[in-house]
Amino acid sequence: MNSPAPSPSEKGSFGSAAAMKRLKQRHRAEMRFKLYGQLAIGIAIVALVTLLISIFGQASSAFSRNVLTFDVRLDAEQVDPSGERDPEAIARNVSGFNLLLQDNLAEDFLPGETDRARLRELYGMFTRLAVLPIARKTAENPEIIGTGQEFRVALADDIDLYLKGGVSERKSLKLGEIQDVTGTLDDGIDVTFADMKAVEDLRSALETFRERSEGDNQPAALIQLGETWFRLQDIDGRTASLTYLAGASTMPAAGTNASTLVLEQSEENRTVSDRQIAWTMLLKEDGRVKSVFNTSLFSHSDSTYPELAGTAAAVVGSLWTMLVTALLAIPVGIFAAVYLEEFATKNRMTDLIEVNINNLAAVPSIVFGLLGAAVFINFLGLPRSVPLVGGLVLGLLVLPTVIIASRAALKAVPPSIRDAALGVGASQTQAVFHHVVPLAAPGILTGSIIGMARALGETAPLLLIGMVAFVAEVPDGPTDESTVLPVLIYKWSTGAERAWEPQTAAAIIVLLVFLVLMNLIAIILRRRFERRW
Amino acid sequence: MDGNVEDFTETRPKQAHTMSEMIKVDCRNIDVFYGDKQAIYDISLAIQDRAVTSFIGPSGCGKSTFLRCINRMNDTIETAKVSGQIYMDGADINDHSIDPVLLRSRVGMVFQKPNPFPKSIYDNIAYGPRIHGLASGKQELDEVVESALRKAGLWDEVKDRLQAPGTSLSGGQQQRLCIARAIAVSPEVILMDEPCSALDPIATARIEELIDELRERYCIVIVTHSMQQAARVSQRTAFFHLGKLIEYGDTEQIFTNPVDSKTQDYITGRYG
Amino acid sequence: MDYQCGRMLETFGHLPVAWLLFAVLAVAGFVSFFAGRTQAVTVGHGQTERLNSQPNYHGYFVAMATIGPAAVILVLYALFGDSIVRAQLASELPQRIRDLGSLELGQYIDRISEQAARRDAASTGNALFDAATSRYTDLLGLSRIIAVLAALAAAGLGFFFARRQLSVHFRARSRVEDGIKFMLFLCAGIAVLTTIGIVASLFFEAMRFFSRVSVFSFIFGTEWNAQTGADFGAIPLFFGTFMIAFLAMLVAAPIGLLSAIYLSEYASPRFRGVVKPILELLAGIPTVVYGFFALQFVAPIVRAGANWVNGLPFVPDGLLAAQPTSALAAGIVMGIMIIPFVSSLSDDVINAVPQTLRDGAYAIGATKSETVKQVVMPAALPGVIAALLLAVSRAIGETMIVVMAAGQRAQITPDPTADLTTITVQIVALLTGDTEFDSAKTLSAFALGFVLFIVTLIFNLIALRVVQRYREKYE
Repeated sequence: MNSPAPSPSEKGSFGSAAAMKRLKQRHRAEMRFKLYGQLAIGIAIVALVTLLISIFGQASSAFSRNVLTFDVRLDAEQVDPSGERDPEAIARNVSGFNLLLQDNLAEDFLPGETDRARLRELYGMFTRLAVLPIARKTAENPEIIGTGQEFRVALADDIDLYLKGGVSERKSLKLGEIQDVTGTLDDGIDVTFADMKAVEDLRSALETFRERSEGDNQPAALIQLGETWFRLQDIDGRTASLTYLAGASTMPAAGTNASTLVLEQSEENRTVSDRQIAWTMLLKEDGRVKSVFNTSLFSHSDSTYPELAGTAAAVVGSLWTMLVTALLAIPVGIFAAVYLEEFATKNRMTDLIEVNINNLAAVPSIVFGLLGAAVFINFLGLPRSVPLVGGLVLGLLVLPTVIIASRAALKAVPPSIRDAALGVGASQTQAVFHHVVPLAAPGILTGSIIGMARALGETAPLLLIGMVAFVAEVPDGPTDESTVLPVLIYKWSTGAERAWEPQTAAAIIVLLVFLVLMNLIAIILRRRFERRW
Repeated sequence: MDGNVEDFTETRPKQAHTMSEMIKVDCRNIDVFYGDKQAIYDISLAIQDRAVTSFIGPSGCGKSTFLRCINRMNDTIETAKVSGQIYMDGADINDHSIDPVLLRSRVGMVFQKPNPFPKSIYDNIAYGPRIHGLASGKQELDEVVESALRKAGLWDEVKDRLQAPGTSLSGGQQQRLCIARAIAVSPEVILMDEPCSALDPIATARIEELIDELRERYCIVIVTHSMQQAARVSQRTAFFHLGKLIEYGDTEQIFTNPVDSKTQDYITGRYG
Repeated sequence: MDYQCGRMLETFGHLPVAWLLFAVLAVAGFVSFFAGRTQAVTVGHGQTERLNSQPNYHGYFVAMATIGPAAVILVLYALFGDSIVRAQLASELPQRIRDLGSLELGQYIDRISEQAARRDAASTGNALFDAATSRYTDLLGLSRIIAVLAALAAAGLGFFFARRQLSVHFRARSRVEDGIKFMLFLCAGIAVLTTIGIVASLFFEAMRFFSRVSVFSFIFGTEWNAQTGADFGAIPLFFGTFMIAFLAMLVAAPIGLLSAIYLSEYASPRFRGVVKPILELLAGIPTVVYGFFALQFVAPIVRAGANWVNGLPFVPDGLLAAQPTSALAAGIVMGIMIIPFVSSLSDDVINAVPQTLRDGAYAIGATKSETVKQVVMPAALPGVIAALLLAVSRAIGETMIVVMAAGQRAQITPDPTADLTTITVQIVALLTGDTEFDSAKTLSAFALGFVLFIVTLIFNLIALRVVQRYREKYE
């Protein structure tokens, strides 16, 4: 039956020139269309990656924190003025501890200073409430009163931000040795630098910053000579006039090595003063300012000071809320799904329920918040800002999700299983609860976990039932005032200080970690128990 | 840009009516795999032009799979892998230089279940000529549509409602619409994959008549489950079994005097 | 005697009754189960095969009849008990305090209940407050005693009648199963109750609002100053909502649709397996995270872009508002969030288009894109439209992104770099913090919620109906 081998010349029979030309165009259209699809997917993925990178980038600085170390004797007079060693009184004696540390700092940097403004500038290195952990520790171990102790205190948020590269653009330069010094520390000194090139570098750095900035901003330069910091007033040729800022109050000798820190923002335009920067640099050289892992992010509750604020109370609040949500949504959702899938006869009533559930799944979440405010709080008189109400609202919110997922899992169990059970004389209820539901359990569980993950990230409805309240204590139960993680994120994101930004991003990462964990569990469950019929 | 009908058709080699040149499609050593599973084992077979060739055999014997090789429809299935050569007018259709899109404009196909597009009757037919640029202008397109519908014997039934949706027709009409759709792009070969399996006997008879008429102009390959149908419409018959070609010859010979005992068993209804 | 009674009430007022009752009910359940089971065995003279149902089912039946009524009473008490006590206390307070207005009165009673919750609370020095606190504790104790007694009585009655029914021929199993089915039905009913609750609460609160502000001036008014309680014209909010939803769809519709087409028609199974979950990740990120992203990252870029446009030589000065929060920033980020809704729903409908249709197009020599554009998409169109409608509804109802990145200013402007406000933003702004349920300001939030619910409901209903029709067509 074989025909003779075809000759290659006949290949040309596929298509005339015009048809080939047209075909080429059609293929170009094909490529274009395919490219649009790839482009669309590319954009979506780039958006996701940008989102994650921007958040992780912001958050990275919040995971470390600069602390100031104090080596201080716990003076009984200051720490426990009553002398009764009452733990509660000691723990509450914030101002006593505060004074102790403030004095300690003043001794080192402003001995004998009486100018209140100057002292306040120094005391601004840390916030009052930062001593709370020390007060608590002392209250727990009163025997340390009167002994020398080492404590670490969180630096004020602005200074922390400065050390992490925020507050102002800056540039450090080496200026080489100084040749000549005249004047006094009180009235200002004139310094002549040996190295002309270094001075030029300083000038050009100032010039670059000046060109970049808008308005009447004047870049500043701080100059370190040995142990002492000066502010640059004027520079003429190789001679600069400086005023004393901070550090050892001795006239620098000729031959001292000089270095400078050029700042883009003038002192008025930034939140950290020249002097505070100088102190910080001196403390850093001393090893008293160190960067440590920011455990307070996990162990502290909310605070009005970003450097002291943590997620602990919100995490616990989220857990209580999720507990209530799970207790409502999972059993009710599963039972409702079993009823609709296995028992309900097709009639108007069940059709209505079905349409209703599908619609409920698409109702905006904020509407559930309105429901909670009107029914749970106004009508039933339940308290505001508590996990019980939040959990109930979120439970109703994710109920349709759980029902739909459970129904899908029940539907996937083949009818032959039911027939087999009924065939050996089981009642319908027995067939369902002994055979169908256990077989559908992995799917139901997966759906429930995904529903709970959705509830965990939900914010809007909780705002309407008052879960935005400031909560400084870890809640003890579902009827304690509390907040939840996403709401905390929202609140922090509205904070005015710059330091809230990394803090918010860090809280987002805490939230994402929980979500990833839940989804991982769901995926593992699905992989492990998925059954193909 | 306007590749019109004349240009396209004139390039076809004129067929001399000698026996050896009557071969339209020549398949050699075809193997088909779906993933790891082999569906077709080394089939070689030559199909005559201007004749109806029927593929028969029990379910799952690979006749549809083999049919789909001829217009490379298996390309659209991810896991399918075809090896071997299929020459159409001497050119290997599996060659890299051959565009499956162009190939399918020359090898039309009609499927088991009628599958009109969710468009009007007119647009169903006009779609192919439009994408292939077979007509320039509305009038020419109207002519192509009319002639295709006439050839498919559907014109008189639908000429007053060309804008009605294709799905509004009866099953038999839908299938003839699909045949008309295939004809409209001026193919040389028409593949039919059990075209009557979803139709009632009257509609089936109508389609069989149509196939007989179309034989004048086209090379037709039909996969069928019905041996009576194969006997009625085809001139040549190939019997497939378990992915292998058992016997191939004139229809009369296959049905009256089969060489292979398996063919004998099948046509006498022992299995299938 | 009177004193003792008072002490008892007070003690009860302090007890953690909820846990106690759970324990009592659990014990009652166990006891009644075994009582029923034992009785069934006795009735059957030890030959359980003579019984219509297994003895266990008799036990379940009795337990169900015992716990059920008691549980109903306790649930009712949990829902309404506190409100009744508070209402009673409020009615007993002096006129001076009752005249405070509902918010202050509520806060006053809140303080009383907090004080009452502290067992060792010392006197506050305010005689009236102390007296009210003690009265509150008494009332609470009384209500609890009544609830517990009622529950116990109901349990006893149920137990008694259930046991009388047990006999050899009693069909305990089918009764228990009826009970189970009823409970399942109730659970399914909760979803319906939720809807009814939403509709009723929104409707009634909205009606209270419309009794103060006319519907017409609400729907057609162009000035919105709800915080000061002055103007309630919602047009600027509707405008902002639809503007941002439109911008979001401008991002989400093409990207979502094209990704869905690519994934279902072009991508290899492996590519699809990797990329689909990545796209779905976008749907799993909480909206508050998107809000932060919009505020911190996208809004500054939009602003810089607008400033750049303003700086172009041929552009009139100040053409774009270039606000720090803008409709465009919120719209873009919302669009990103919605991509997976569009793509996964479209993916479903595209996959539902039968393969035979594609085969038909391929067989006459159509390329893939021609098949998609002219055969698959027209066939999938209703489903795709439904997917887009659902996405629009999601965009309209989305809250956190707009709260954080869209702004608070109610204005009508076509400039996408201006800050706009939306329905959801205003609801949050009006209801965050302490709220009084009687002011027009608070009630306007419910009127807005009502509008939001109705609009999204219409979108959802149409979309779900279209999807259902579509499924029926191809299944």
